[in-house]
Amino acid sequence: MAAPSTTSSAETTGTPASGPLPPALADAVRDDASLRRFLHGLPGVDQVGVEQRAAGLATRSIKKAAKLWAIDTAIGMVDLTTLEGADTEGKVRSLAAKARRPDPDRPDVPHVAAVCVYPDLVATAVAELVGTGVGVASVATAFPSGRSNRQVKLIDTDMAVQAGASEVDMVIDRGAFLSGRYGQVFEEIQAIKAACGDAHLKVILETGELATYDNVRRASWLALLAGGDFIKTSTGKVSPAATLPVTHVMLQAVHDWHESTGELRGVKPAGGIRTTKDAVRYLVAVNEVAGPQWLTPTLFRFGASSLLNDLLMQRRTQLEGHYSGPDYVTVD
Amino acid sequence: MSDNRVTVAKTYKLYVGGAFPRSESGRSYQVTDHKGGFLANAAQASRKDARDAVSAARKAFPGWSGATAYNRGQVLYRVAELMEGRREQFVAEVAGAEGVAIKRAQSIVDAAIDRWVWYAGWTDKIATVLGAANPVAGPYFCFTVPEPTGVVAVLAPQDSSLLGLVSVLAPVIATGSTCVVVSSQERPLPAITLSEVLATSDVPGGVVNMLTGRTTELAPWLASHADVNALDLTGSPDSLRADLERAASGTVKRVLRAGGDQDWARQPDIGRLRAYLEAKTVWHPMGV
Repeated sequence: MAAPSTTSSAETTGTPASGPLPPALADAVRDDASLRRFLHGLPGVDQVGVEQRAAGLATRSIKKAAKLWAIDTAIGMVDLTTLEGADTEGKVRSLAAKARRPDPDRPDVPHVAAVCVYPDLVATAVAELVGTGVGVASVATAFPSGRSNRQVKLIDTDMAVQAGASEVDMVIDRGAFLSGRYGQVFEEIQAIKAACGDAHLKVILETGELATYDNVRRASWLALLAGGDFIKTSTGKVSPAATLPVTHVMLQAVHDWHESTGELRGVKPAGGIRTTKDAVRYLVAVNEVAGPQWLTPTLFRFGASSLLNDLLMQRRTQLEGHYSGPDYVTVD
Repeated sequence: MSDNRVTVAKTYKLYVGGAFPRSESGRSYQVTDHKGGFLANAAQASRKDARDAVSAARKAFPGWSGATAYNRGQVLYRVAELMEGRREQFVAEVAGAEGVAIKRAQSIVDAAIDRWVWYAGWTDKIATVLGAANPVAGPYFCFTVPEPTGVVAVLAPQDSSLLGLVSVLAPVIATGSTCVVVSSQERPLPAITLSEVLATSDVPGGVVNMLTGRTTELAPWLASHADVNALDLTGSPDSLRADLERAASGTVKRVLRAGGDQDWARQPDIGRLRAYLEAKTVWHPMGV
């Protein structure tokens, strides 16, 4: 797994430009059969290799100044998320306050990238965050299962966008994907992308339900071909959620997409990332697999809620020279 | 079996969160008896082990403090039963560590088990002694109830390796706090055996976390740790006390300034139980 490349020989001829797709990719999306041929023609993922590489990179020791940098970078990449049935406007408002100023004692802490809520709470979040630089992301398309018809999904998306969401996190129809109806999934992503307008589209693959790395690679390419600005691992409602090897496969996909088209697309692992140590491991993976230019909130995000508190505690530990505790950060 | 059987040299591990991990640092040190003869290897905990132990104790706190006092009492009695079962091992280790005759070691172990039972009995009685129904000049009921402090860092006595340890450990967990114990540096074996007893008893993992190693290395990290709510200085070297108190003052923390050279055989009072309790007063309107 030394060279993370999935590009077939036909694709490498593609010229880096953000205009029309290079011929090989344009051919892939021509019709259902060629899409299937393209996705099944992707090289298989070496499971042992990718897991070993992920584990190997996870052993890197990041300390002192580098750790502080990593913590601040990770804070700036957090999509502070609350996706509970019990969410209230009050909870979203307090979350927004935390997003603006994560550590009130230390104003130098950067704000997070975005808050992520259900569509009906977008308006509340937007009102709190307007002009702060913190985005508002909304899940949509019958989150988390994606089990509804396209009309409902489009209305769901429209509702979020009308309320002012700057980012939309859609879920793919895993049932259709797993039964091989790639064209349906492709069209659905395209339709949602069109409904998003200026809002960024993150496509949730729900890798926990895709079962194999090969499927993750296919779903990643499918989402990229259909125009997703980000590919996101999971909803957070299914276990396993984000894992390092899965994120590796997805980072390879955006890296190779950039190689063949010149476009930069993002990755967002979500769910199960709770500690600073985990977050730093993901940053190492981003740097090594995709490349240093992905180390920015516009191309890499963490979908998380409890991670932020751990990052803040670690930041204090680094600066104050003693271990911090949850009594000193806000309760979620 | 032949007489020249190779002895199994033990390398003990730490007791953190109900498991027995090696020290994160990979270090260990030799434990010797009072004459300098080799007894075993013990793990030499690092500051990161102390940090992990504090997180384990914090995680265990809601469950343990939320358990009924009666239930905590039953769990602690069960520990005493298991200590009784390990009596011979404790006697040998106390004799080896403290250099006392077997007879004396036996009476120390007996006293330690009795001490444990004594504290187990206090679990469901302490609230009636330290709590109160306060008379107030208004139409209110006013109650004061004792509540556990939280995570307590205990520096166990350096000399009295079992009786002293039990005397500082049992009162902490009896009232519902959880703890990180730094055992006697030169005499850790009875503490290690006690953690094996705790692991096989009904005490939930993380309620007691036992670290062996250098007290002077671990204590400052525990004293300054913001998620530790109380610090027991009993086993601290005198030279370190002022520094530890200073470090503890940077975070909200109770500090018990007990000396290490006490007569542990003496029957205690409830002072140590009271040390890790907070008084919560509740005003409740009277019905009309």
